[in-house]
Amino acid sequence: MSVLTTAEFSYLKKSLNRRPTETELQMVAAEWSEHCSYKSSKKYISRLPVSGARIGIDSGFDAGLIEIGDDLVLTVRIESHNHPSAIEPYGGAATGVGGVVRDILSVGTRPVALMNGLRFGEINGPDSKVNQHTRWLLQNVVRGISDYGNCIGVPTIGGELEFDTSFNNYCLVDVVCIGLSHTNEIISNLADIDDLLFLVGGSTGRDGIHGAAFASTGLVHENRSAVQIPDPFLKKILIEAILEATKNRYIRAMKDLGGGGLACCLSETSHNLGKGFDVDLSLVRLREEGMSPTEILISESQERMLLIVGKENRESLEKILAKYDLGYSIIGKVSFGKKIKIRYNSEVIADIPAHIVTCAPLLNRKSARPSYLKRKYATRVDSPKDIGSILLELLHRPNICSRSWIYEQYDSEVGLKTVLRPGEGDSSILWLGNGKYVAISMDGNSNQCYFDPYQGTLGCISEAVRNVICSGASPVGLVDHLQFGSPENPQVFWTFQQAVAAIKDYCDFFTLPVIGGKVSFYNEKNGLPIKPTPVIGAIGIGHNLKKIGRARLDPQCSIFLVGHTKEEMGGSEYYLSYHRTDTGNIPKLNLAEDKRNALAISNLISSGVVKSVHDCSRGGIAVALAELAINGNTGFDVDISLTSNSCRRIDSLMFSESNSRYVVATERPKELIEILRDSRSQVHCNKIGYSADSSSVDTIRYRNGQQILANLELEKLKLVYNNSLKNMLNDVRI
Amino acid sequence: MRKIGVIVFPGTNCDRDVFYILSEVMHLEAEYVWHNRQTLDGFSGLVLPGGFSYGDRLRAGVIAAHSPVITEVKRMARDGVPVLGICNGFQILIESGLLPGALVKNEHLCFVCKWVDAKVRNNHTPFTKLFRKNQKIRMPIAHGEGRYVAEGQTIKELRQKDQIVLSFLNENPNGSLESIAAICNPEGNVVGMMPHPERASEKVLSPVADNIDGSTFFQSLVHHLGDTQTK
Repeated sequence: MSVLTTAEFSYLKKSLNRRPTETELQMVAAEWSEHCSYKSSKKYISRLPVSGARIGIDSGFDAGLIEIGDDLVLTVRIESHNHPSAIEPYGGAATGVGGVVRDILSVGTRPVALMNGLRFGEINGPDSKVNQHTRWLLQNVVRGISDYGNCIGVPTIGGELEFDTSFNNYCLVDVVCIGLSHTNEIISNLADIDDLLFLVGGSTGRDGIHGAAFASTGLVHENRSAVQIPDPFLKKILIEAILEATKNRYIRAMKDLGGGGLACCLSETSHNLGKGFDVDLSLVRLREEGMSPTEILISESQERMLLIVGKENRESLEKILAKYDLGYSIIGKVSFGKKIKIRYNSEVIADIPAHIVTCAPLLNRKSARPSYLKRKYATRVDSPKDIGSILLELLHRPNICSRSWIYEQYDSEVGLKTVLRPGEGDSSILWLGNGKYVAISMDGNSNQCYFDPYQGTLGCISEAVRNVICSGASPVGLVDHLQFGSPENPQVFWTFQQAVAAIKDYCDFFTLPVIGGKVSFYNEKNGLPIKPTPVIGAIGIGHNLKKIGRARLDPQCSIFLVGHTKEEMGGSEYYLSYHRTDTGNIPKLNLAEDKRNALAISNLISSGVVKSVHDCSRGGIAVALAELAINGNTGFDVDISLTSNSCRRIDSLMFSESNSRYVVATERPKELIEILRDSRSQVHCNKIGYSADSSSVDTIRYRNGQQILANLELEKLKLVYNNSLKNMLNDVRI
Repeated sequence: MRKIGVIVFPGTNCDRDVFYILSEVMHLEAEYVWHNRQTLDGFSGLVLPGGFSYGDRLRAGVIAAHSPVITEVKRMARDGVPVLGICNGFQILIESGLLPGALVKNEHLCFVCKWVDAKVRNNHTPFTKLFRKNQKIRMPIAHGEGRYVAEGQTIKELRQKDQIVLSFLNENPNGSLESIAAICNPEGNVVGMMPHPERASEKVLSPVADNIDGSTFFQSLVHHLGDTQTK
């Protein structure tokens, strides 16, 4: 499997002043893989702002930290497991959850919530083979996440889902984990000479050998042996044992074993601590016979943690591990110097400075504007006759319809912190016990990022932040997951640079830090790259649970639209799925307007005047209103010509996906207008209609002045929206 | 002070939630009991919380049912001490023979987590005595193996002896016979239920207009313990 390039090998030889041993070479190869070293991306992502008022990122930690007051701290981490999930969806997705949970655990915080962003190929497209493969992937990815997350007792509180041709026969599985702890329980990440190295949890086998290297090339061969095997039960007791040891302060430093196994774990920990390690691989507990020392070193067997423990705490820790029946072995100790010395019994097989292993030579990738962007934008599409049937068609689309078939398989409530369950609001909400709450939303839109990676990425961030705003929380930071094809392709690399530039510009404008991130390249199937897919997670903190915005319409409310709608139809669900055209300009974000509107909505929510609120995204105003009606089981009557807009056509006004727009419903319309006027927020805010007087009125009506555009039974909408995904999945039993 | 034991097996994951509701919301004295404990003297009630004891290996609840602590649970159950099994706790009570029948994989083969309606059919147990007979309640479920099955004779006996404590209303989310959601032993002191009352005990977490029907199970216990103490 993958070793170093010729240039990397000479660089290594020069740094070492000698030829590396075979073991050293394998260690370096694992650590210098794109997956672990970020050698293509580091130069760019290091420019993103990482600090903020409540944010602490210690380079030694695997997760970003947010101080939330009352001596409490939140940790956040985003990870993906794309290659493994594409070939073995159940195990790949489950171990994806397992990996991100370990990152949160290694800071010393209890994992309290999970979210996931999933992307698949077409599920009701023209190719039945592709559809069937997508169903198989989706059902098994969901089952993998469900079996793992449910068993370890961490609720899955939300996420997002997208289908697109560029993911055909492939999939993206992104997982976010949130941790919570008392500030004084955070691992100190310091070590002294002669501290012991405990390898705790699962035994080591041949599964996941070369996993990191496997994830650092395009997916051509289905190398199932590179996929790890999940064991959520072992993970659950590992979590409890480690948190018990953390509470008692028995652990001085800790790191999980993920990509690159012991090789990467040892070298990164040694480098972070600035201390040497002396390790004997013959002491590692194995589950297979005849494993070579190198195999032991790079195996990615799951559910393992490296704990660095002072000698004085050895017995106390061993007692806890015995209580939980957890396997462990002491594989070595902290030593003088900054070298990692690895032995197998008495034979020294590696003796290499940690910084040489961890500091891969960075690359200068070429970049070039993709040729596909030179297409013409000005194609006309026909004006539709029946707006109502288009709306029903959109509510049926896999990118819009209800995700309940998926999220009902996740335990979303264990832990007694979930205030808004999946589907109940624009973001997921966790109660923190100190009167505060955290709101989280994940968003991505590969089509818009394909047509314009810079504006598309801005749109994703804006949507994620809007969702947090809708929950009445103030954004405190972002996590990003940047997923692209091969960085060796200059046209792919250009889209990556554009996405990073967008994140930087947005964060600078809003003074928001990026508190965690990940880059995943080589997302390709048979040489074809996926569309650029940055996935953005926005995290906000709120203070008053009584005022959280819910995305469900109540009777007897006035309905307002905040924001301005433009003729921005490129990459919209309406153009892509109904007209099947990729023409048109994608929505362009006006940062100043985005901020003004967000502040106005925050202001309205905190004043308590807002009864329900929902952001406009996929499917535009039409779908946003329909979703509010479906969730609240309440009809409405609106005149959309009353909105602030610059659309030439009525279908554009209904379905445009312009940014920075919100639907707001209130029982006190006058007060709402007064609040906006008094705060001089200068936002476009127009009353467009009313919700039904009582729940007995169950129609939704869109008008253009006096002309009725659509008049639909709410029951019909619900049927289409709620059953669409279920039907697509149950068509074929596997 | 009456003390409630919260029994914890490796893989139990609702223990902290139940402990929190008992101690912080109900103001009862609660204590975690690890699965290898040999004696349970001094406890006035026991709760076996939900989760995945032993990772559901072999069959949900079957390994936990052979733990040392279960011998003591059985003895206390015989002595009339109130015992509540929630979700995986219900599965363990069935596997240990304290309750009849079996809980098998949901009819649609998937794990299901959502809020459902149920009807209180027996309001004489220590955990349901503050409900009205046939009261409609709403609580969340979260399980993969919650479909209650038993042979005809057992079902008949459950009906005759008023052992069906809760049944699902409107929708049967897992395919249980008779829409069974909770049952008890003939004496009524051992109750097993699939819905999670601890998740419906605090207003702030409830999706349905401040509904906290779940707390009535624990309030009933408080009431019951008060009753039995004065008798």
